[in-house]
Amino acid sequence: MSKKKNEEVMKDLKKKLKNKIIDIVQPREKRIYIRVEPEKAPGVVEYLFSKYKCKFCTATGIDMREGIEIIYHLAKEDKNMIINVKTLVPYSNLEIDSIGKKILAFRWIEREINEMLGVKFRGHPDMRRLLLADSFPKGKYPLRKSFKHSDVTDEDYDYERSGI
Amino acid sequence: MKQTIIPLGPYHPLLEEPEHFKLYVEGERVVDLDVEIGYNHRGIEKLSESKTWDQVPYLVERICGICSTSHPMAYCLAVEDLVGCDIPKRAQLIRVVVCELERIHSHLLWVGLAGHFIGYNTVWMWAWKYRETILEICEKLTGNRNHYAMFKPGGVRRDFNKEQIEYGLERIVEMEKPIRLLTDAILDDPVIHKRLKGIGVLTKKDAVLYSALGPTSRGSGVPWDVRYDEPLDGFKDLKWKVIVQKDGDVFSKGVVRLLECFESISLIKQALVSLPEGEAIDADIKEVPVGEGCGRYEAPRGEVFHYVRSDGSNMPYRHKVRAPTFNNLPTFKASCKGETIADVALITASIDPCYCCTERVAVVDKDNNERILREKDLLRLSVDKTNNIMKKLGKTPPLYNMEI
Repeated sequence: MSKKKNEEVMKDLKKKLKNKIIDIVQPREKRIYIRVEPEKAPGVVEYLFSKYKCKFCTATGIDMREGIEIIYHLAKEDKNMIINVKTLVPYSNLEIDSIGKKILAFRWIEREINEMLGVKFRGHPDMRRLLLADSFPKGKYPLRKSFKHSDVTDEDYDYERSGI
Repeated sequence: MKQTIIPLGPYHPLLEEPEHFKLYVEGERVVDLDVEIGYNHRGIEKLSESKTWDQVPYLVERICGICSTSHPMAYCLAVEDLVGCDIPKRAQLIRVVVCELERIHSHLLWVGLAGHFIGYNTVWMWAWKYRETILEICEKLTGNRNHYAMFKPGGVRRDFNKEQIEYGLERIVEMEKPIRLLTDAILDDPVIHKRLKGIGVLTKKDAVLYSALGPTSRGSGVPWDVRYDEPLDGFKDLKWKVIVQKDGDVFSKGVVRLLECFESISLIKQALVSLPEGEAIDADIKEVPVGEGCGRYEAPRGEVFHYVRSDGSNMPYRHKVRAPTFNNLPTFKASCKGETIADVALITASIDPCYCCTERVAVVDKDNNERILREKDLLRLSVDKTNNIMKKLGKTPPLYNMEI
């Protein structure tokens, strides 16, 4: 691993996304982390995907103390770079604009974050459950840190909804 | 025309895991498609938060029976990215050998099943016969035919000794000829050309839009391969090329898989020959600091992506796993439109190499009349189409009994 970092992409992004981002760091040679406000995150990600020709890898939702942090992972393949766009959606207002309404690739992961962590994606065309059972109780989010296995008992399951 | 909904699944059409496809059909043509997944959700991400850094590889190895090295590989790369350590070259080359062996056996498995599904049972038997040799090499080198338990953050668990390396080299060189024979037999067959070309086309634009991965994207002319885009240090000295086909149909995806077998064989040979003597196989990671890391590796089906975050304790604070099928499944919305039911079953198999268990299709029309098509019937639909093509080409369809 060479210690000299390739900062070309970093400089380029700094210039192009100047007004939209809070900070941008490159801790390792092939990784860039950008922090943005939740209102601006979808715009930045759409720009990176459509104009900056990045590949969509996935998105991760993390339960932090102040809210849910969403990280969009994008890969700039011709520069061997993974660009991570981080945004913190506060618990007081768990909503963010959907990217999936325009870009098809983001639809499934937004559905997953919605059911696992309870973030609402404004404007998503199809917000059905993706992975959890239809009978799983509403308002319980398994990937939150506050979730315990004992939180959901057999009585909580709504079997009528799943047709059993 | 009246639209009919055909459920394909839930347990399961041709893919490895239980998935439920709703086909919206007009006559024989599919006009739209809806995918439901989640029948096999096991909560591995949540479970991973309660395992120590060293236990997680065993857990992620069990995400998939076929990609049982790619997930630990991506996880280990993510942890190494977080820690920021260098991995000894010998360990990296051992990883390459195991990963490429896995790629060959996974591709051969897919080729065999695709052959079976279009009525070429000879292809099925051949491909699986050769796959057996690859599994024997795996067993000799790692101790297991599957679930090798070779990787750990920082390196590999077990070293190859001289005898193992010689055995591996000898058997892998032996394999090149029969796989070449199989590939030529498939690529020369006019019936297979007619049956698979132009079916389930995923255009280059759609492949980029859906961020398709692995042979699915490379079959559509998008040259994404993590081994090339983000090479390991051990990979830099090895000579190989990314296989890309332009057409985006089922045939192209098959060709990519077949030709990749030879690149893998060549990579294994180069790696086994150039293993540096007497080097450590483990970077010995003592503790994982606060931070985050991404790791990705090219599994047989596409890029596996892992993200880990540490809060400084002995367990991950968050561990995100993204398997390639998560990105590849939505592409059916683009590639299945306008195809017939007999082909959709094949197209849904074209991204992913496994089908097992029961397959059934229930045809439901508006009057609630239900007709169940079982695996046999689905297979019959597909084989009939191949036989028709054979007759048109003036060939005699095979006589073997398809009632399996």
